[in-house]
Amino acid sequence: MDQQQRQAGVQRTVIRTLWVLLGMVGFTVALVPLYDVFCEITGLNGKTADSAQVISAQGVDDSREVRVQLVTRSGNGLPWRLVALDPVVTVHPGQISQVRFEFTNVGEQQSSGRAVPSVSPSAGARHFRKMECFCFEQQWLQPGESMQLPLVFQVDPDLPKDIRTLTLAYTLYPMDEVVALGGFRD
Amino acid sequence: MASETSQATLHSSVSDVAAGGAAHASHGPTGLLRWLVTTNHKEIGSLYLIFSLVMLFIGGSMALVIRAELFQPGMQYVQPEFFNQMTTMHGLIMVFGAIMPAFVGLANWMIPMQIGAPDMALPRLNNFSFWLLPVAFGILLSTLFMEGGGPNFGWTFYAPLSTTFAPPSTSFFIMSIHLAGISSILGAINIIATILNLRTPGMRLMDMSLFVWTWLITAFLLIAVMPVLAGVVTMMLMDINFGTSFFDAAGGGDPVLFQHLFWFFGHPEVYIMILPAFGIVSLIVPTFARKRLFGYASMVYATASIALLSFVVWAHHMFTVGLPLTAELFFMYSTMLIAVPTGVKVFNWIATLFRGSITFEVPMLFALGFIVMFTIGGLSGVMLAIVPADFQYHDTYFVVAHFHYVLVPGALFAIMAAVYFWLPKWTGHYASETLGKWHFWLSVIGVNLTFFPMHFSGLAGMPRRIPDYALQFADFNMISSIGGFLFGFSQLIFVWVVIKAVRGGRKAPAKAWEGAEGLEWTVPSPAPLHTFDTPPAYDPQTDSPSRH
Amino acid sequence: MGRILYAYLYAASICLIVLSTTAQASSINTSSGFNMPPGVTEISREVYSLHMTILWICVAIAVVVFGVMFYSLIVYRKSKGAKPAHFHENTTVEIIWTAVPLVILVLMAVPATATLKKMYDTSDAELDVLVTGYQWRWRYEYLEEDVSFFSNLATPREQIYEAEEKGDFYLVEVDEPMVVPTGVKVRLLLTANDVIHSWWVPDLAVKKDAIPGFINETWFKVDEPGIYRGQCAELCGRDHAFMPIEVKAVSPDEYQLWLASRREAAEAEVAGADREWSLDELMERGAGTYNTYCAACHQPQGQGLPPMFPALAGVGMSVDPDGLRAHKEIVLYGKTGTAMPAFGSTLSAAELAAVITYERNAWGNDTGDLIQPSAIRAMLESQ
Repeated sequence: MDQQQRQAGVQRTVIRTLWVLLGMVGFTVALVPLYDVFCEITGLNGKTADSAQVISAQGVDDSREVRVQLVTRSGNGLPWRLVALDPVVTVHPGQISQVRFEFTNVGEQQSSGRAVPSVSPSAGARHFRKMECFCFEQQWLQPGESMQLPLVFQVDPDLPKDIRTLTLAYTLYPMDEVVALGGFRD
Repeated sequence: MASETSQATLHSSVSDVAAGGAAHASHGPTGLLRWLVTTNHKEIGSLYLIFSLVMLFIGGSMALVIRAELFQPGMQYVQPEFFNQMTTMHGLIMVFGAIMPAFVGLANWMIPMQIGAPDMALPRLNNFSFWLLPVAFGILLSTLFMEGGGPNFGWTFYAPLSTTFAPPSTSFFIMSIHLAGISSILGAINIIATILNLRTPGMRLMDMSLFVWTWLITAFLLIAVMPVLAGVVTMMLMDINFGTSFFDAAGGGDPVLFQHLFWFFGHPEVYIMILPAFGIVSLIVPTFARKRLFGYASMVYATASIALLSFVVWAHHMFTVGLPLTAELFFMYSTMLIAVPTGVKVFNWIATLFRGSITFEVPMLFALGFIVMFTIGGLSGVMLAIVPADFQYHDTYFVVAHFHYVLVPGALFAIMAAVYFWLPKWTGHYASETLGKWHFWLSVIGVNLTFFPMHFSGLAGMPRRIPDYALQFADFNMISSIGGFLFGFSQLIFVWVVIKAVRGGRKAPAKAWEGAEGLEWTVPSPAPLHTFDTPPAYDPQTDSPSRH
Repeated sequence: MGRILYAYLYAASICLIVLSTTAQASSINTSSGFNMPPGVTEISREVYSLHMTILWICVAIAVVVFGVMFYSLIVYRKSKGAKPAHFHENTTVEIIWTAVPLVILVLMAVPATATLKKMYDTSDAELDVLVTGYQWRWRYEYLEEDVSFFSNLATPREQIYEAEEKGDFYLVEVDEPMVVPTGVKVRLLLTANDVIHSWWVPDLAVKKDAIPGFINETWFKVDEPGIYRGQCAELCGRDHAFMPIEVKAVSPDEYQLWLASRREAAEAEVAGADREWSLDELMERGAGTYNTYCAACHQPQGQGLPPMFPALAGVGMSVDPDGLRAHKEIVLYGKTGTAMPAFGSTLSAAELAAVITYERNAWGNDTGDLIQPSAIRAMLESQ
């Protein structure tokens, strides 16, 4: 093999490795949305869909009861109070239910927040279907303003038999400084 | 330019460093500038090795700060925030500054000589990839003096501790990781291009030495995962400075995504730090057993399978984050599977020893130490794969013991073995056997005194990354600290051995070891600055490690 | 060289002897001191026996592998005249040593899978407790029981900084333990307020990460009354070593009494906001609250650890006469993107009023501002 052939070979290899490299860079970028999709499908990490879902028409399974626990928490920096007015409800899988939450701005300025949901056990997350939820968008409240917002949901009859309690936790976060990139993509 | 250096020069580059950087007769730049612009693979190899030795001592000093604070319960010498910076920097420097550059240095020196090439395929790029490293680590070390201190979130820098709650210096940390990553990627491209194109005529892939083979596979791993690391730190940078929320639940992100991305890089990274070590041991054991390596082909296949498996085991670092049951089971099984090819390697080395004619020169001692202690680390790795038990082991000193067994008497001992093995080739002189044996035995005692008790403290319930602990763990921590100082100071012997060998000592012939095989032993010792300007003759029938 | 080593090892052995005779530390869990604690639940005992099984398998493998290795090293020495053999492959042997480990691994995986399935079965729990990790304390909320409280490190600073002798449960003792009834399946829901923490009690074989914005769950059932200690297991910042866990298992009757006493105490706290407090009362209460909840970041003398944790003494809103409103808001609602949590929903009005008063008057801040608990309550209720 002579010098020139070798040089050509080196060039070819470098170009090929650069393509692999570029592919991996692309793959890395793609990993973020892929992860979101993966979470939504499997309920990984207790994530639920971030937009309204259609009602599952499989009928109500009267033979089973599921206890749904609603938990609220406040993140740092938002002078709001979030209260689950119906902290525990018992539903049949397939049944459509509504629970209410009360948001109050106890601060002195208008502010905006968003409740981020998480369902546990995570194996139950994708069976927790939300028809209407305040968590799909951010809320604005005037100082002293209070409002009641509903969550309309249905527990899928496909819910694994061994899950008899589902906990849905909402963590309230301030929304002022959040850029809609790599975060909420709506 | 250094490439114009007279070919008559027979001094090795290492001897120049020791002689105070005095250059030998050449037409190119002299003094410091010569080292700055060199494109010679041997000189760049030496630069990498010296850099990694300096980093070993800096990272090691940090380890001693940690061990001093942990000598007994209570806070004595440092504050918790500084302790956290020490654990973080120790990890980052050892992984990215000591172990990885040392292997790249060995690759630079030995790959061209083992495949009969005159130099690396891309000599100028080679120079650039090296000089990125001092810049990267200069930046990283400077963060310690910035307001709020350096990185304090562990070398795994989990978000949001490393984003929302990180010190202001974190952007500099990210920059240094980017630079070190670019350096690794460029180095990997160069190594792949060299191995695939510059082999001497007649040498097929299955004729290459196992060091070259393991490095080829390692280089592909680097290309595959360094972009992921770069991506993950870029997302951190954006979360910190541009208001995105990749890893922040408040903006719809997910801190667990960080861990998935990090370990998708991180687990292959673990093998990046051990595969070249496998290659080194696979050269040294046959040399001093005076018997051909058992199962050359299966060694190659085992290395490749370990590399492939490394992409599907990442979540075993995350068993406690609350993955679904099916995911936990998948990652448990896939992780256990890695024990099979790793076992094959250990069995092959032992089969090589079996019915050999064994002598115990210093490189062999380090290689044997590697086999024993790496196997201990491998077995505790199998234990860690068992999810229910891992719930108890996870993030304890048991894990610290495990990965230090595979990285210190594992990767680091292999590097030491390689240096003792090739020092006669680099300097023309054998390393002092007496000092080398002192170095080895003190290191073995130190390493085991340091890390074996960590199994016990971890099992008994001591979490990792804590500056202070309950009284129950006091005894084992005191032993670990005593061992740590013994091990740390023993490494000064190593520096002395290297300096001594550079300056003089017993002269080595071209084939420095009786049982050595490979093209590097056909050139004089010390190796001239330029070797194999014309490709050497190679006959696989007689020269290949896979010959029948 | 040899003399230095000798002196070193001599000093080391003296240290060890002194250590083993003086420090007879009491055990903080059921560990023998060098092995995994068998623990006190059915699951923890199962995990322990799984651990021991794998351990012995690994030891057996090591004995065989190292046995062959050292046999070779001793018998086939060149100095003993060993001549090298010429074999370098053997397909049969290679297949055997690939297949045998596989079989051993399958044997390990079977019991591991069974135990893991049990650990993941959180169904039919009788008590749900939400555990929230904060920098650097735990908070327990007994869902549907209306009981919640913080659990802080109880070891005094003086013990940590060597001014006092260390107690038996140094760094693994808390002011308010998590109390659970024996014989009852307790479901833990875990989350975090700031960074990732991990709730770990070795005797219960429970370790689960607490992740901000997300909920995890796990469970345990203790049969024997007792105190079971643990620690945060995920690096969570400066005081990661100083956020222990104490689970106190008591009989169901005692548990009911405890619940009642907690509720009573909470009511008394609320009632405390009705009356007028004097400056001295507020300062005294405030000092206690400050040292428990604020001093880890803002430091005992209010000097802070800038730039991460701002100073309160002599600077900023705590000395600014116009900063009172902002001061109250940051304590009540926290600050986005920092470790400053919203204490408004977790501490009592009296504690909040006291700590704000303390911060505005201690360390020479001397603003003279006196904040009444009733004012804080009015703010939180926003009428």
